[in-house]
Amino acid sequence: MSVEEEKPGWKSLPIGAVLVTPGSAERNKTGTWRLKRPVLDAKKCTNCLICWIYCPEPAITRGTKTIEFSYDYCKGCGICAIECPLKAIVMTEES
Amino acid sequence: MVTLKELPTTELFGPGHRMCTGCGPAATARMTMKALEKPAILVNATGCLEVASTIYPETAWRVPWVHTLFENAAAVASGIEASLLKEGKADAVDIVAFGGDGGTFDIGIQALSGALERKHDFTYICYDNEAYMNTGIQRSGATPYGASTTTTPAGSKIPGKMDAKKDLIGVCVAHGVEYAATACVAYWNDYITKVRRAAAVKGPAVIHVLAPCPLGWRFETNQTIKLAKLAVQTRYFPLYEVERGKYKLSMKIPKPVPLEEFLKPQGRFRHLFASEFAQNLEELKRQVDSNWNRVAQLCGETGA
Amino acid sequence: MAKTVSEKIVGMNGDEAVAFAAKQADVDVVAAYPITPQTIIVERFSDYVANGEVDTQYVCVESEHSALSACVGASLAGSRVFTATSSQGLALMHEVLYLASGLRTPIVMAVANRALSAPINIHNDHSDMMGSRDCGWIQIYAENAQEAYDWTLQAFRIAEDHRVSLPVSVNLDGFTISHAMEGVAILEDDEVSKLLGKRSPTYKLDPTNPMTFGALTLPDYYSEFKRQQVDAMSSAPPVISAVADEFRRTSGRQYSALSAFNVEDADVAIVCLGSIAGTARTVATKLRSQGKRVGVIKIWQYRPFPTAELAKLLSKVKCVGVIDRAVSFGAPYGAVCSDTASAKVMAGIETKLFNVVCGLGGRDVKPTDIESVFETGLRYARGEPVDEHVSFVGVRD
Repeated sequence: MSVEEEKPGWKSLPIGAVLVTPGSAERNKTGTWRLKRPVLDAKKCTNCLICWIYCPEPAITRGTKTIEFSYDYCKGCGICAIECPLKAIVMTEES
Repeated sequence: MVTLKELPTTELFGPGHRMCTGCGPAATARMTMKALEKPAILVNATGCLEVASTIYPETAWRVPWVHTLFENAAAVASGIEASLLKEGKADAVDIVAFGGDGGTFDIGIQALSGALERKHDFTYICYDNEAYMNTGIQRSGATPYGASTTTTPAGSKIPGKMDAKKDLIGVCVAHGVEYAATACVAYWNDYITKVRRAAAVKGPAVIHVLAPCPLGWRFETNQTIKLAKLAVQTRYFPLYEVERGKYKLSMKIPKPVPLEEFLKPQGRFRHLFASEFAQNLEELKRQVDSNWNRVAQLCGETGA
Repeated sequence: MAKTVSEKIVGMNGDEAVAFAAKQADVDVVAAYPITPQTIIVERFSDYVANGEVDTQYVCVESEHSALSACVGASLAGSRVFTATSSQGLALMHEVLYLASGLRTPIVMAVANRALSAPINIHNDHSDMMGSRDCGWIQIYAENAQEAYDWTLQAFRIAEDHRVSLPVSVNLDGFTISHAMEGVAILEDDEVSKLLGKRSPTYKLDPTNPMTFGALTLPDYYSEFKRQQVDAMSSAPPVISAVADEFRRTSGRQYSALSAFNVEDADVAIVCLGSIAGTARTVATKLRSQGKRVGVIKIWQYRPFPTAELAKLLSKVKCVGVIDRAVSFGAPYGAVCSDTASAKVMAGIETKLFNVVCGLGGRDVKPTDIESVFETGLRYARGEPVDEHVSFVGVRD
């Protein structure tokens, strides 16, 4: 079956190209984009949330003691590593 | 002023969007959604943020959101406000229009002017990456002097754009708006506070936020916030507010970082460091100084 | 069925009648920009607003592009929306026309038809709406102020029907209809409320149910949404018909896709849009008294084009002369004649066809002009070959 045949046709699509499911982009795992991944040194992290506010995706969530990375979405921009005031994030080559 | 911990964790601008790695406008959009305290309806002009966040059937948005055309975000917002006023729901909703510098400074200036003059209650946020980035880095009225874009390329004869950046806030202030401000994605606290002030205002408010583009400005993707900070610290992009015509400086820069530190890491300014364009580099410095002095004087802060 | 309520006649010109219809339709938002000869519509509506006669949010925008843009915003937010324009204004909002139909907003817009520049001309012809005829809007042409009033009311019902969900333009000839006073039979406010009901959109901008409008579609999806619009257009005629029937029960006046005058046994028929039909019928009556078998087909519903109905009428006629009040430069026929010729081809009928372009830029189309069109048709009907496929009547050489 071709990819085109899997997509819905005009009869079943909501009119006017309206998207009724909010945030449906989350099915798109942009983590496949990255060349390097951020790795957290949890001992250094003070949960200051600076990386969290600057992340363009978002690919950083607030954990209980430290932040956590969403590797499903992280594009590997490296902003978090540069901005972390404790230098707790290191960009590491994707294996 | 806000603290990071008190900001909502809900991501109304969600992941899976296709903004470039390290995109300044993407970070700006996320911050904006954390700043808004009422339910929002967003209007988005054609541009990077709109195109890359809603490729059918995917949408990154978890709020009601509409994109129509390139130049009419402010007009569409006007219509939505009228509809909400009729329903008696206008006070319960924040209407926010997003436009890039392209959709605001140039093609969108008429619709913005009309909406400001009619005093619709909405917030217009111009995310400024200083060129028409979505269509491939062409110059806009917000592109600074000396920058290389694809329609003002740095050639052997002409070193980039030879016109100065338009004063968007000045245009808005001339309309008598309650609130207008510049902001920068690197100063999240200042930005979020300003978005909240803008949203709280009865009537139109405009925020002009600098949001660097790694692809268009040609720098490493991890430098977005660092360069945005330098833009402010070199006095290149002054941060200020205008409340009912009264200018107020948000950040004094008594010891500005040399402009070269902001320019050198960006490919779009590299040509200015060639000896034959030394006078153009000086002209850019002169314009940055002149603009800073103009703003400082308006703010009553000479020597800031 | 006889109308039981007595008719109330008010002296109004076409623009005033349209504004009055918008008022009775209880529109939520009007965003409009003035342009001759539509100005009376916006001015009259402004009076209603200033005197508290309507509960409408009225936005005096700074251009027609913003007018329709604001209308789209309001419509997506769930409002019943109305606007009006002409000529250059319609041309300026050209991209927004496609936006409105693509986003399936049931906006109603009156167009006081006026010639497009250059040269600048403020008088009546159809070049404005004909220049945008492919925009995906339902397009109705009124012959007089009464029809402009009646169709504006019906337009809201047609547009908002969930089988349609398309914007509608109600066209009225600039100055000829817009500024000419007639006795217009009006409905009572409650009759209009009953006829139109309240709008109930399927999708809207609503914080309690967030949706995304206006996403980018790549080549893998765009076509399907255009196909939906095609489907909506073809679903419109039965809806227009049903609304017309309901309108007749209230008003006593019957509308449909087109109106045929003395066509059943005609040798020659003229096809036309708008006010010129009145002149055509007067001339046809005169020629009938001379024993000439002529008739007039007036198209109300131009888009979607009433292909089958028109072909059926033409199949009995020997020759049809189609009047276009706009030039389609470089095309073999004018717009209306091109559509008529297509209907003819699709139905496989032998009727002879010729095109007459007249009434450009407000040039008066006199009874003698129409007579010459009928006489030409009669020559062709008698067997002469069509020697001039497109002729310009009333233009000095």
